Amino acid sequence: MSAAIETHALPRIGAHLNPRWDAPLVRDRLAELRIPLDQRVGTLSGGQRAQVALALTLAKRPRVLLLDEPFAALDPLARRNFLATLTSAAAEAAGGLTVVLSSHLVADLERVCDHLILLAASRVQLCGDIDALLAEHKVLVGPRKDTAPIERMHHVVQTVATARQTTLLVRLGGPVIDPAYQAEDVTLEELVLAYMGAGEASACKQLTTVGEDS
Amino acid sequence: MISFRVDGRSGVPPYLQIVQQVRQALRMGVLGVGDQLPTVREVVAAVAINPNTVLKAYRDLEREGLIEARAGQGTFVRARPAGPPPGTHSRLGRSLARWVREAREAGLDEESMESLLRITLRAADATDSQSKETA
Repeated sequence: MSAAIETHALPRIGAHLNPRWDAPLVRDRLAELRIPLDQRVGTLSGGQRAQVALALTLAKRPRVLLLDEPFAALDPLARRNFLATLTSAAAEAAGGLTVVLSSHLVADLERVCDHLILLAASRVQLCGDIDALLAEHKVLVGPRKDTAPIERMHHVVQTVATARQTTLLVRLGGPVIDPAYQAEDVTLEELVLAYMGAGEASACKQLTTVGEDS
Repeated sequence: MISFRVDGRSGVPPYLQIVQQVRQALRMGVLGVGDQLPTVREVVAAVAINPNTVLKAYRDLEREGLIEARAGQGTFVRARPAGPPPGTHSRLGRSLARWVREAREAGLDEESMESLLRITLRAADATDSQSKETA
């Protein structure tokens, strides 16, 4: 959006460019946000600009919405308002609305998303329904000992070992039988960190291999 | 009408937080039979969470028989959760307060009391399930 465009021009441009266009939605949203129609877009705050962009996008009545880092420049209040608008639109959309968004803010993602696709080192590290992913993973805390029996049964994502204690983040391959380990629930943040760490480690390994070959 | 709070750091899944808050409101009498619950849209607009989370919570409460969805009207309270008659909580609370005083005099701190309570609850659970198996 260029700074020369005034806000009142946007609904007109939108109507001209889109076969499906909900003009009242844009007008109502801008009124709700108390954004005057004669204000230049360039003079709006970051949060207001994001809300204007979202209102224009939603007026197309999309079935699928792709948002690349929509919260990046927003303060906590603007972020909350943006999320509220987005989730309300999803709740209202008659034909259903799928939102695909990228973000580093795990807490926000956990709040609004059904599915998670985790990218690290240009690869998909983890993908699935968030509730199912949380149920499938556990943190096992136990004494320092050979982890081979655990590794045969479960997929170990991350290992943290001290002189006395071993902490493993695993994707369960069955029940945890060894009573020496205490199985604890995992948070989404822990899960994301563990898989991102594992992704970086495997990417580094690949780089080393390439270096050794040449 | 009640409003919900969703705490992202509590470790309790958001849908369960909503279920618990409705049950709590029913137990405390904040919500009564026939009262309307906020619509999914209203909850989503107020707390900015996934609409599916609210739907899941309402479905759970409906399955429990506590609320019902009336087509085109909204979601309403159907029944209060089963539980002891009013006054039970305060009576048990008083006897627990006596126990806490006794434990404190014996030198137990809060953490030891909590772990003792947890162990006793677990032991009681085990006895219950055993007597059910033998019955």
